[in-house]
Amino acid sequence: MSELSPAALLSNLKTRRVVNRGFAVLGILAIAIATLILLVLLSQMLIRGLPRFSGDFFLSFPSRFPEKAGILSAWVGTILVMLVTVTAAVPLGIASGIYLEEYAPKNWLSDFIEVNVTNLAGVPSIIYGLLALGLFVYNLGMGDSILTAGLTLALLILPIVVVTTREALRAVPTNIREAAYATGATKWQVTWDHVLRYSLSSIMTGVIIGLSRAIGETAPLITIGALTYIAFLPEPPLNPDFPFVPLTARFPFLNFQQLFAWLHAPFTVMPIQVFNWVSLPDKDFHINAAAAGSVLIGMTLTMNAFAIYLRHRFRKGIKW
Amino acid sequence: MVDESQTSEPVIAVKSGVELKAQAKDLNFFYGDNRVLKNVNLPVPDRKVTALIGPSGCGKTTLLRCFNRMHDLYPGNRYEGEIRLDALNILSRQVDPIEVRMRVGMVFQRPNPFPKSIYENVAYSLRVRGRIRRSILDEYVEGALTRAALWSEVKDRLQEPAFTLSGGQQQRLCIARALVSEPELLLLDEPTSALDPIATDSIENLLNELKSQVSILIVTHSMQQAARFSDYTAFMYLGKMLEFGNTTNLFAKPTNPKTEDYLSGRVG
Ligand SMILES: Nc1ncnc2c1ncn2[C@@H]1O[C@H](COP(=O)(O)OP(=O)(O)OP(=O)(O)O)[C@@H](O)[C@H]1O
Ligand SMILES: [Mg+2]
Repeated sequence: MSELSPAALLSNLKTRRVVNRGFAVLGILAIAIATLILLVLLSQMLIRGLPRFSGDFFLSFPSRFPEKAGILSAWVGTILVMLVTVTAAVPLGIASGIYLEEYAPKNWLSDFIEVNVTNLAGVPSIIYGLLALGLFVYNLGMGDSILTAGLTLALLILPIVVVTTREALRAVPTNIREAAYATGATKWQVTWDHVLRYSLSSIMTGVIIGLSRAIGETAPLITIGALTYIAFLPEPPLNPDFPFVPLTARFPFLNFQQLFAWLHAPFTVMPIQVFNWVSLPDKDFHINAAAAGSVLIGMTLTMNAFAIYLRHRFRKGIKW
Repeated sequence: MVDESQTSEPVIAVKSGVELKAQAKDLNFFYGDNRVLKNVNLPVPDRKVTALIGPSGCGKTTLLRCFNRMHDLYPGNRYEGEIRLDALNILSRQVDPIEVRMRVGMVFQRPNPFPKSIYENVAYSLRVRGRIRRSILDEYVEGALTRAALWSEVKDRLQEPAFTLSGGQQQRLCIARALVSEPELLLLDEPTSALDPIATDSIENLLNELKSQVSILIVTHSMQQAARFSDYTAFMYLGKMLEFGNTTNLFAKPTNPKTEDYLSGRVG
């Protein structure tokens, strides 16, 4: 029993401590390297782009002259496309997640769907572009519009939203569900009043992770025919003066055509703009690219900050 | 009630004249292929406390959860036989489990308040039933919390989250949540197993007062607890109901040797 003698145990403890510390050091090192590389890259880009940062950069269209070229059409395009993406992907994704997790009978069909949805999350984005080109552009005749782009990206992030929704719902403990059922609640009441409510923060996080991916996508949008140079904005849905909403004299008294005209407008988005500038031979445009890239990073960070805020907001008071 | 021999099925019955709120008749229950309840008979007398005792794993929780069709939530579970609630066979396919759960309240082994305010926890049982005026909700919530002996402790903090309560208070909150909708039958699964003696005592007192209004079926591991405040006791063993009777009689002179062994601490 010499291995279990006090002396042996003590020396053994020493080695165990060393191994334990060893990993801690290794872990810190790994994190430091990763963050350092990221920070250097980001700050390099930020510093390169710095000379272009001004109000004009945000308010000008692209131009042949690097100093005059701005990102107005690109950031407006990105925001509008994201708006369509959120509107389509969030309700569809969350509803599918709820159905699959809470309602669908557990059989081979739901297993099959589950495997496929999970795999869809890993399909290369260009494939979604091809799919959208066939379906939205050719079959449905929606053209290279903001609507097509938004729906394409919605398809792209749909699996992410579905999967994170399911995971979030699954994290709600059984005893809380049973407590709710025991009061005489229906499945929908249990889902809506409890399960969904308590998992909302995680679902939101999933949605925003999805959007962060979508906002940087270039390939599928180029596939469906996004423009690389565009010098006008979509027609605004609202009028500049009172009552702002476009009214008509006839039923339904609202000019829907104007209200939704922007959906059919051609567009470009931030990553395409960046790509375009980088690929130009004139080195001065690379400064524009760096500046636009920084703005894109800023947009993503803002979204993530919003996700953190939401998580805090909804997580308050939820504990089991 | 006489137990003829060990091999024959025990006779589970109450004296004539005792009114029943519910009754399990030849109940079998299966988790998939695993038959956990075997021809169980259990009368639940009206507005009395019936204690369900037996060694761990004998099927007490399983039996209790048949009374509000909780097993319906999971696929593969199957009932055979009958449970009458008054005249209605609640295991019948035509009966909606939600309808059953609206009449039968349940308190679980571990306190499981919703992550909502104290008020909302209790009010929820009523809210699921439809739109109810705030003044009525207030009145019922206060009534239920009072009956659960919790009102004086929480009346100034109704909007605080329920998890700020202590374990014993949370369990009383869960009792209030079950009581607020005025169930006819209240099921409790070892409600005091996670509590200290003082909190246990307050819950026992509370159940004692409640039994004038509601029939109570309670699973307990503590024979002292069963002896202290139940009117009837049922003894289960390996998925079978071996003995049922008036608590005083059953503890004084159990007819089945297995019951005797259990009560004297030789089993379970
Ligand atoms: N969800 C389930 N699936 C399959 N078998 C189960 C399930 N729940 C319980 N069982 C089995 O059913 C039997 C009875 O379990 P039950 O929980 O009813 O016992 P119990 O009398 O409440 O025990 P305890 O006093 O320990 O709570 C056990 O053998 C258990 O293994
Ligand atoms: Mg149990």
